[in-house]
Amino acid sequence: MCDVDAVIPPGSVVGLIGPNGSGKSTLLKAIAGSLPLRDGEIRFGERPLRELAGRVAYVPQREEVNWEFPVTALDVVLMGRYRKLGWLRWPGRADRAAAEAALEALGLGGLGHRHISQFSGGQQQRIFLARAMVQEPELVLLDEPFTGVDVQNRAVFHEQIRAFARSGVTVLFATHDLDEVRATTTHVLLLNRRMVAFGPTPETFTPQNLRAAFGGQVAVFEQVPVFERLP
Amino acid sequence: MNWLTEPLQYGFMQRALLEVLIIGALCGLVGCFVVLRGLAFIGDALAHAVFPGVVLSYLAGQSILIGAFGFGTLTALGIGVLARSRRVSEDSAIGVIFAAFFALGVVILSRQGGFRRDLGSLLFGNILGVSSQDVLVTAVIAAVVAAVMVVLMKELTLAAFDPVMARTLGYPVFALDLLLLLLVAATIVVSLQTVGNILVLALVVTPPAAARLLTDRLLRMIWLSVLLAAVSGVGGLYLSYHAGTAAGATIVLTATGLFLVSLVFAPNHGLVAAWLHRRRGMHHAHHYHAAGEEHRVHGR
Repeated sequence: MCDVDAVIPPGSVVGLIGPNGSGKSTLLKAIAGSLPLRDGEIRFGERPLRELAGRVAYVPQREEVNWEFPVTALDVVLMGRYRKLGWLRWPGRADRAAAEAALEALGLGGLGHRHISQFSGGQQQRIFLARAMVQEPELVLLDEPFTGVDVQNRAVFHEQIRAFARSGVTVLFATHDLDEVRATTTHVLLLNRRMVAFGPTPETFTPQNLRAAFGGQVAVFEQVPVFERLP
Repeated sequence: MNWLTEPLQYGFMQRALLEVLIIGALCGLVGCFVVLRGLAFIGDALAHAVFPGVVLSYLAGQSILIGAFGFGTLTALGIGVLARSRRVSEDSAIGVIFAAFFALGVVILSRQGGFRRDLGSLLFGNILGVSSQDVLVTAVIAAVVAAVMVVLMKELTLAAFDPVMARTLGYPVFALDLLLLLLVAATIVVSLQTVGNILVLALVVTPPAAARLLTDRLLRMIWLSVLLAAVSGVGGLYLSYHAGTAAGATIVLTATGLFLVSLVFAPNHGLVAAWLHRRRGMHHAHHYHAAGEEHRVHGR
């Protein structure tokens, strides 16, 4: 992966788009600080990203989570408070209240005591979104948040992403769902092993750029077919 | 009552019981993270790789702990570094190294007279031969390992469950991994005297695996694992005393028995529970059914 050069304004919602293996997850993990950079740097405002530790929230791909790990939904959400707590301190009543409030806000109120394997796919994604919320982040990274998620869960996600953006939090998510991009993003970053294009969605999310990113793998309709909404 | 009190009249049995109680509890605690991180193979490698150290200190007339700690630390650090580089396939490299170290220990020992007798007690442990000093050393090391474990439980849990997030939060994940390996090495080394090189891994892996079947909560899993391991240690020692069998192996089989009971009868994950769920035609209920909230959203 190389040649990614983008200046992302705060409070924007950026869709990372590209075919499988184009480096979406790699880029997110690099920004998260989990993969080393061979070259170059990532800055947040004037500060190097490293100084932002704790203010970057990362929502992993569902396949990367060990759902058999013995933790409840509340345990997972509380992990979002760890950095604020620091070493040697355990989550207290205030942390618990914040975690429960986040679950409640995402429609999982009162279910915090359940083991993480006892939720549907969309609910599992929401648990991790709740964890991102209690972290009080400045930057939120989501890896394929819409994969295998039904319509209602998508609505919850869209709402929360907009809420982040409204409060000035920058959101980056990887997806290969092009409809999601049109609906939610302010910016897009097209990837295919290198950066193909970056910019505000209306100017950048164009058939030419999509073809450049996906090669022949995607059929791009110049005129998007519109289906009648079913009652 | 005789069955319980009769062995206690011997000093060696009192010391042995105290020793297995401490070691059982320690293995049960540390073993939870071995199981959750999938470190069983690495633990086995550690147990074998310390063998030359055990042999050397034995031949020098020293406590086997000294040599075992030296080799255990070296191996733990070696494995940690090896796991980080992506050049070698990690498990085959570990396989090569631990077999080689183990063979080295056997070769050193085979140059001495009385080879077979010594080999037996070193490989399978000699719990009935522990001195008061051994028990004291075990207790101190167990206390230190357990204290580190408890103090860092939050961080170790996060690094085990979600290493990417741990790194995002700025935690030194590699250092935490190394520390965990060192704690596992220390646990294995102090347990060698009880069950020996070959069987020590059973004490570290079997009780936590059984505890995981019994609960979905981490803290409960840890307490249950500690309890099961301690019960296995003490129960196995009593059984071996009365049945006249090898102590270490009997302890391991007791742990295995408890594991099998959990596997069959555990409330949610057990075979009987799964069978009952299927019979009632509700095999969706436990794992696959979306939680109640989903329906409320639907209803709106």
